[in-house]
Amino acid sequence: MTTTTTAAHPALPAARVGLRAVILGALLLLALLPILNRLPPDSALHVSDFAVSVTGKWICYAILALAIDLIWGYAGILSLGHGAFFALGGYAIGMHLMRLIGDRGVYGHPVLPDFMVFLGWRELPWYWWGFDHFAFAFAMALLVPGALAAVVGYLAFRSRITGVYFSIITQAMTYALMLAFFRNDMGFGGNNGFTDFKELLGLPLHTPEARAALFYASLAGLAGALWLCRRVAGSKLGRVLVAIRDAESRVRFLGYDVTAHKLFVFVLSAMLAGLAGALYVPQVGIINPGEFSPGNSIEAVIWVAVGGRGTLVGAALGAFSVNALKTWLTSVAPDLWLFVLGGLFIAVTLFLPRGLAGLFRRREP
Amino acid sequence: MSSAAPPVLYLDGVSVVFDGFRALNDLSLVVDPGELRAVIGPNGAGKTTMMDVITGKTRPTSGTVRFGDHDLTQLDEAAIANLGIGRKFQKPTVFDALTVFENLELALKAPRGPVACLRWMLTGEARRRIEATLEEIGLAARARDRAGVLSHGQRQWLEIGMLLMQDPELLLVDEPVAGMTDQETEHTATLLRRIAEGGRSVVVVEHDLEFVRALGRKVTVLHEGSVLSEGPIDQVQNDPRVIEVYLGR
Amino acid sequence: MPRAIAMRRLLVALLILVAAALPAAAQDAFLAALPGLAGGFAAQATAVERLGATGDPRALPVLRALAEGRLLKRPDGALLVRGEGDAVSDAATGAPAEATGAEPVRINNRVRAALRGALGRLQLVSPDPGERLAAAEAVFRSRSAENIALLEAALAREDQPQVRARMELALAASRLAAPDPATRRAGVEALAATGSDDARAMLLEARAADPALAPEVDAAVAAIDRRLALRRAAETLFQGLSLGSVLLLAALGLAVTFGVMGVINMAHGEMVMLGAYTAWAVQEVCRTHAPWLLPAYLPLSIPAAFLVAAAVGAVLERGLIRHLYGRPLETLLMTFGVGMILQQAVRLLFGAQNREVSSPGWMQGTLTLPGGVMVTQNRLWIILFGLAVLGLTVAAIRFTRFGLEMRAVTQNRRIASTMGIRSGRVDALTFAFGSGIAGVAGVALSQIDNVSPNLGTGYIVDSFMVVVFGGVGSLAGTLVGAMTLGVVNKVLEPYAGAVLAKIAVLVAIMLFIQRRPRGLYALKGRAAEA
Ligand SMILES: Nc1ncnc2c1ncn2[C@@H]1O[C@H](COP(=O)(O)OP(=O)(O)OP(=O)(O)O)[C@@H](O)[C@H]1O
Ligand SMILES: [Mg+2]
Repeated sequence: MTTTTTAAHPALPAARVGLRAVILGALLLLALLPILNRLPPDSALHVSDFAVSVTGKWICYAILALAIDLIWGYAGILSLGHGAFFALGGYAIGMHLMRLIGDRGVYGHPVLPDFMVFLGWRELPWYWWGFDHFAFAFAMALLVPGALAAVVGYLAFRSRITGVYFSIITQAMTYALMLAFFRNDMGFGGNNGFTDFKELLGLPLHTPEARAALFYASLAGLAGALWLCRRVAGSKLGRVLVAIRDAESRVRFLGYDVTAHKLFVFVLSAMLAGLAGALYVPQVGIINPGEFSPGNSIEAVIWVAVGGRGTLVGAALGAFSVNALKTWLTSVAPDLWLFVLGGLFIAVTLFLPRGLAGLFRRREP
Repeated sequence: MSSAAPPVLYLDGVSVVFDGFRALNDLSLVVDPGELRAVIGPNGAGKTTMMDVITGKTRPTSGTVRFGDHDLTQLDEAAIANLGIGRKFQKPTVFDALTVFENLELALKAPRGPVACLRWMLTGEARRRIEATLEEIGLAARARDRAGVLSHGQRQWLEIGMLLMQDPELLLVDEPVAGMTDQETEHTATLLRRIAEGGRSVVVVEHDLEFVRALGRKVTVLHEGSVLSEGPIDQVQNDPRVIEVYLGR
Repeated sequence: MPRAIAMRRLLVALLILVAAALPAAAQDAFLAALPGLAGGFAAQATAVERLGATGDPRALPVLRALAEGRLLKRPDGALLVRGEGDAVSDAATGAPAEATGAEPVRINNRVRAALRGALGRLQLVSPDPGERLAAAEAVFRSRSAENIALLEAALAREDQPQVRARMELALAASRLAAPDPATRRAGVEALAATGSDDARAMLLEARAADPALAPEVDAAVAAIDRRLALRRAAETLFQGLSLGSVLLLAALGLAVTFGVMGVINMAHGEMVMLGAYTAWAVQEVCRTHAPWLLPAYLPLSIPAAFLVAAAVGAVLERGLIRHLYGRPLETLLMTFGVGMILQQAVRLLFGAQNREVSSPGWMQGTLTLPGGVMVTQNRLWIILFGLAVLGLTVAAIRFTRFGLEMRAVTQNRRIASTMGIRSGRVDALTFAFGSGIAGVAGVALSQIDNVSPNLGTGYIVDSFMVVVFGGVGSLAGTLVGAMTLGVVNKVLEPYAGAVLAKIAVLVAIMLFIQRRPRGLYALKGRAAEA
């Protein structure tokens, strides 16, 4: 049995209020970071640039974790394609950032990004049209992953591909995308991807202001994603998803179109992952096909497992804690990190199926 | 069959073949509006398979399955359920991770699309219906408990409750009283009779002949995938072929 | 000195006797043409051509000497050949000769051109097959109708099939250049029969030169195209089958662990990788401790790889996987973690760089099958190896006690254990067996891929696709699935490129399982619904 859910009609409303307060407090605490960053460096409360930018990254990971938890924790669908949705969102914004470089590239071409000039391209391919507008690029960062999820999800759910089969299919999708994006003639920069971004929305990147702005944008994204996911999980839709997770065919006999429900959350979840990627790329300043590597998707799943799936807040917490551990460990003992990560996979599935969140919860009746 | 109103459920010449094995063999069955029909038969007679065919779980190899004007062989499970066919499974399946209340809420007749579910608000009317059903199935005190902790009999009741919440035209009830006390069995019989009197059609599969007798309606005997005998319980029980099948097994 | 001279006289006399035994005409022709070489450039050219036409073996060294500036002319007009080590002999007789006052005979380009043709013709009858082959090649390129008779003569005595083939091609080419249409037509026919790319190009050339030949040439080219297409198809099929065998090897272990046991093992690729490293380790051990075993290291490493991977598999199953039965998604994640640890462990132990695994000689080179189909040896071996491993796997499952118990446990665990089968032991053995097969696959892959810690990562997605496509739980499905994917991949590659072909195959599989969610060879009945 794989049951850990937020009760829709909680026995303890007080606990729910308490959780809401904790969430709000945590978000506010995070919001303080860029402000503390402005304190003089010798101040005891000063927060380093590195800490701000690395936390900004983790916030994006937390959004990705929420997206995975929504579909895995509630609907029981283990997608190994969320890394791809994340990367697609990142590429969409990356395309916008590339267009904004304009003639400041190495080759100084007014329209074409450097890699296209280098490959001898004459004009912008049609699928790059519109990416000079931020709104368009941002919309694409959500719509492209959403559309891909809609197609793959429709094909898979319609033919009732579930469980590990779905995981394998989505992993194959991710793998295929990675191969495709490694190709130069795809028009996405091949091996090297996109980098050397200059500015976004008129704000030069690499400035403290831009860093803070992106940080707050990500934080707003996290808050919004958390609200949305909690809204879904707490609605009857959330209950239908849990029902699908535990007894899919029974839900059909109640008259629910299981394919439609799964598709709805899968697309929603993919779009959240796309949002996370779109917020992530301007902060790290690079996106390349490595982001599609199937390992990334599974790693993101383990954040959720560590935090506790089906808990949303736990998933976000898992993303923060695993990545904090990773950042620390890869600097002190880089060789050790993969052992620890692999060990986490084993430990959490064998000994901590309810994740960290399970430690804080009372035992289920 | 002699009734003037068109039948609710019409099965004709239905066969289901699994790997050469005929689970249903040229089965024909007609259920009229407001009829309460009991279906009996030895293990493996094809009773559950018949329900699978009606609810779209199994596609018949050949034959006609109609519900009113609808050809059920062309529809999937959800569409059939939405036409107004509810089913209680032989092995009770409820949603263990959800509370009893939530199980009933899911079954409650209401728009079933994802967006509708996302926007769904529990109105006073809906709450009253759920609470009334909770009373009916005797689980009012356990409304907030997870279904996973219920006993077998309670799960049976919860499934019957879910069937009631769906408010279907046709109820297919597979072995509802297994694991129930005599008193509960009695209650179930009354409940099913009352539903039929309200104009719904009910098909009950049951091994318990006492229960079938308590229903007091027409009985169909299935054997090896086809109808062996049909009529009032006393007539059926004296049919030499039925006796042979029940003693011979 | 006088004695030496006397000796030489005797030798000359003997040689003249031997020469007299030759057909008088040939002797005449050679000796008659020879003096021309000492004349002016025009006379030289004529003499060269005449010598070439004799087909006399004695002409070859003389003409070669002329071409290389080793033909000398003595003031008395005698022609001498300077051989190796400055030994000088008479051109006409081959007898040792005095070179006093001799000067090299000079030639111009016209003579050189004549020499090329003549040398080529003479080489056609050289005793050395290699030389004859080269000559056929040269004659083929010169494409002159004059060579027809020569080639016919040479062909009549030729007994080496390879040389014959080339001579026939040259003959056909020479006929194309003949003035008389019937001969040209015969040439077209002969070329069509050879069916090579060269012949095709030559025919098109002939067609341009002589429009009257167009109908014959077109028919011949079409025939050649058909043969070439067939050959290409055969080669593509072979490549497809060899890729299919690689997929089969990689997927076979998975077909046991995932297909039969239902355990999803994401560390499967790492089992393959361990097998490849075992091959490397066996090679290194042989190299340092028992060099005489080195030639046999590859066969030795097959059981070794099986045991290593099987042992790791058994530990994995007993220690970890068994606690997660019935929870496939958790198993997936957990085994992914295991794979990560194995990879990193190997990386730390043996380094991240590729390890060199050598191929034995019998696996190298290419083989030409009838019809000119070229196949590489190592690919051929992999196909055979893949089929052999499949055969052994099937045999192990069908005919051994272990196979029987394994099938019993997977079909009905409860009943199997009431019959006294220790299902835990069977689980461990089955998983070890599947992992061992993966290890054996690693040995094969070490021959065609880089042996590095992430060797397995590249195969895991494909392996799962094979199993899903073929039908979970069916070894026949795995075979057909692997071969189909391999061939389809190779057929698409020329049109789409390797990467797009791969993507197309992945998409096709996704569409395929729309129609048949349980794969090609689906299990039927209730077992499939569990
Ligand atoms: N999916 C299937 N695949 C193969 N055989 C099946 C399948 N479903 C049912 N059967 C077979 O069809 C026959 C009829 O089964 P069914 O479940 O309809 O019997 P039943 O009358 O409901 O029996 P019971 O009283 O035990 O519930 C049985 O022999 C069963 O084994
Ligand atoms: Mg039954």
